[in-house]
Amino acid sequence: MTQRWPWTVLALLGAYHGLNPGMGWLFALALGLQEKRRSAVLYSLLPIAAGHAAAIALAMFAFRALQDFLPIRILKWGVAAILFALGAYRLFRASHPRGAGMRVGARELALWSFLMASAHGAGLMLVPVLLAQPMSAKTHTMAGELPMPPHPLSLSTLTLATFIHTASMLVVAGILAILFFETYEQIGLKLLRHTWINFDLLWAVALLIAGAVALLS
Amino acid sequence: MLLKADPTFYPSPKLASQAPAENLAYVAALNPNGGSLPDALLVVDVDRKSKKYGEIVGQVDMPHAGDELHHFGWNACSSALCPYAPHPHIERRYLIVPGLRSSRIHVLDTKPNPKKPKIIKVIEPSTVAERTGYTRPHTVHCGPDGIYLSALGSPNGDGPGGIFALDHYTFEPLGRWEVERGPQYFGYDFAWHLGYDTAVSSEWGTPNMVENGVNPELLLGGKYGHNLHIWDLRKRKHLQSLDLGAEQQMVLELRPAHDPTKAYGFVGVVVSLKDLSSSIWLWHKPKANGGSSNGKWEIKKVIEIPAEPADPQKLPPLLQGFKAVPPLLTDINLSVDDRFLYASCWGTGEMRQYDVSDPFNPELVGSVYIGGIVRHAPHPVKPTRELNGGPQMVELSRDGRRVYFSNSLYAAWDKQFYPEGINGWIAKLDVNPSGGIEFDRKFFVETGELRPHQVRLQGGDASSDFYCYP
Repeated sequence: MTQRWPWTVLALLGAYHGLNPGMGWLFALALGLQEKRRSAVLYSLLPIAAGHAAAIALAMFAFRALQDFLPIRILKWGVAAILFALGAYRLFRASHPRGAGMRVGARELALWSFLMASAHGAGLMLVPVLLAQPMSAKTHTMAGELPMPPHPLSLSTLTLATFIHTASMLVVAGILAILFFETYEQIGLKLLRHTWINFDLLWAVALLIAGAVALLS
Repeated sequence: MLLKADPTFYPSPKLASQAPAENLAYVAALNPNGGSLPDALLVVDVDRKSKKYGEIVGQVDMPHAGDELHHFGWNACSSALCPYAPHPHIERRYLIVPGLRSSRIHVLDTKPNPKKPKIIKVIEPSTVAERTGYTRPHTVHCGPDGIYLSALGSPNGDGPGGIFALDHYTFEPLGRWEVERGPQYFGYDFAWHLGYDTAVSSEWGTPNMVENGVNPELLLGGKYGHNLHIWDLRKRKHLQSLDLGAEQQMVLELRPAHDPTKAYGFVGVVVSLKDLSSSIWLWHKPKANGGSSNGKWEIKKVIEIPAEPADPQKLPPLLQGFKAVPPLLTDINLSVDDRFLYASCWGTGEMRQYDVSDPFNPELVGSVYIGGIVRHAPHPVKPTRELNGGPQMVELSRDGRRVYFSNSLYAAWDKQFYPEGINGWIAKLDVNPSGGIEFDRKFFVETGELRPHQVRLQGGDASSDFYCYP
């Protein structure tokens, strides 16, 4: 990805995922409050970020692997179809995990985060970015970038993409969790009541938009 | 689905205790006369500014007779904010109303017209039995990931009693909750410590042991439930039985601390075979904060309420031999700020208020008398009228300033302790914030032949909601 915009989009989507209470910052906050320690918030965020990274990496690398077997048109349609289906499902039927709890270690937190991100299609949401910008030939000339034929993304590019997205997610989630933790007595939790917009709906819309982008790219 | 979180959900009990006052109360009412008359859900106006304050403003009859409405609960509550399964845009809107005798479960929608809830779904007893293996559904709690109900027994009327879940969105029964039930056999109430991934359940008796009235032989033999069970909420596994001793008969209502960081709660015992006293026990996890999470739970008696000597002439046959009226503690409730504990003495006709700021050393700070097997104490608005039944199901407003309670227990048992029959009433107390209770003279609801049982408040109350944030 030689242009800057795909990286910006990946980072923005990371921030967006970080903002969603269902993606982990709220969990980190609650665990910190339960233990009455700020460090518990921070320690919880790391496995949450790791789980999130694993989920989006899985989606992107799977997509990359399929690129070797399937023509780009089929891939495009497939990705769009899954995104539309997931978006429509989330639009009409809310759901949430069962069987989780508050007494969780790092491994369980990472697993939880991985499952939440996967079930919400967090990784799939990023795939249209890769579709839209499938070339990454690092060919520079003095005159600038040369138009190149479509070429699959390199693994290092995907790794970097995972990292950028997750770092952005972690920063936003971390800021929110710590902000709420520090102010929870006075305003934090009250604020939560009034500002908790329906992320499931927003998320569903984001999935539908991602589906459209996949089709149009 | 809502665009913002349901305004009746509060992350913490501290915030919930600042909630606005409730305007309506829902009351399960039993029709004891049998025949074709169904039970009903009553709607009572509890808005002080309303002209109809203290009046029944709505009634929803159940589609069948003989349900024995008893406990019920909201489809969703503050536990929807729990961080591991957040879904705060679901609405606190439906009341899940089971028939304790029929095992039929009704779902009522309170949204279009809160004063006239509409039955939108009925789950037939056979469906409950087939899907879960349980019958006689009792307590209803809105959990972080589903609606949970306890049940007294199996389809043939024996044990084991247990817990089952309904889907949050479709209300379909999902199956039995326990993966490993260990020695647990009796069911009754259940509650959670969400901060500790721990569930607690209590013991009454199997349907066959209670549906024809209390069986004196079983009672004197110490055969009713006397254990508390501790469960791993996530693995759905039995962890520990806490035996209160066989003389402690019928371990009923569970009231855990609302603050999820506190690992303790109160449970009421109806009667001690030693001296007919009732008692309240504190279950707790020593050194919960900082200690190992594998630590054992313990239980300790913290309140004892003695029986009162009585003229046998004034006692029902069941009690004549004892020459005393037992307090028959049938319900307790804990204020949302975990400060005051209320104790309903259905036998002696007394409502007690304890300050439990130090849960190990409760202090009696308030008491009122109304009804009672011997006392028949009147309500202050009708000082000459003797009342029967006694304080029973008790519910508190979220701010802890108002206490509502009803006077009927369970048809077959009402008959044994109040053989003359019970005239239904619902009373309300005003609470002094620093301790002390007194009757609200503007609020005395008489329900006549219909016998009121559990009270639920619009927007939530002290025993509806569980919290994940301190």
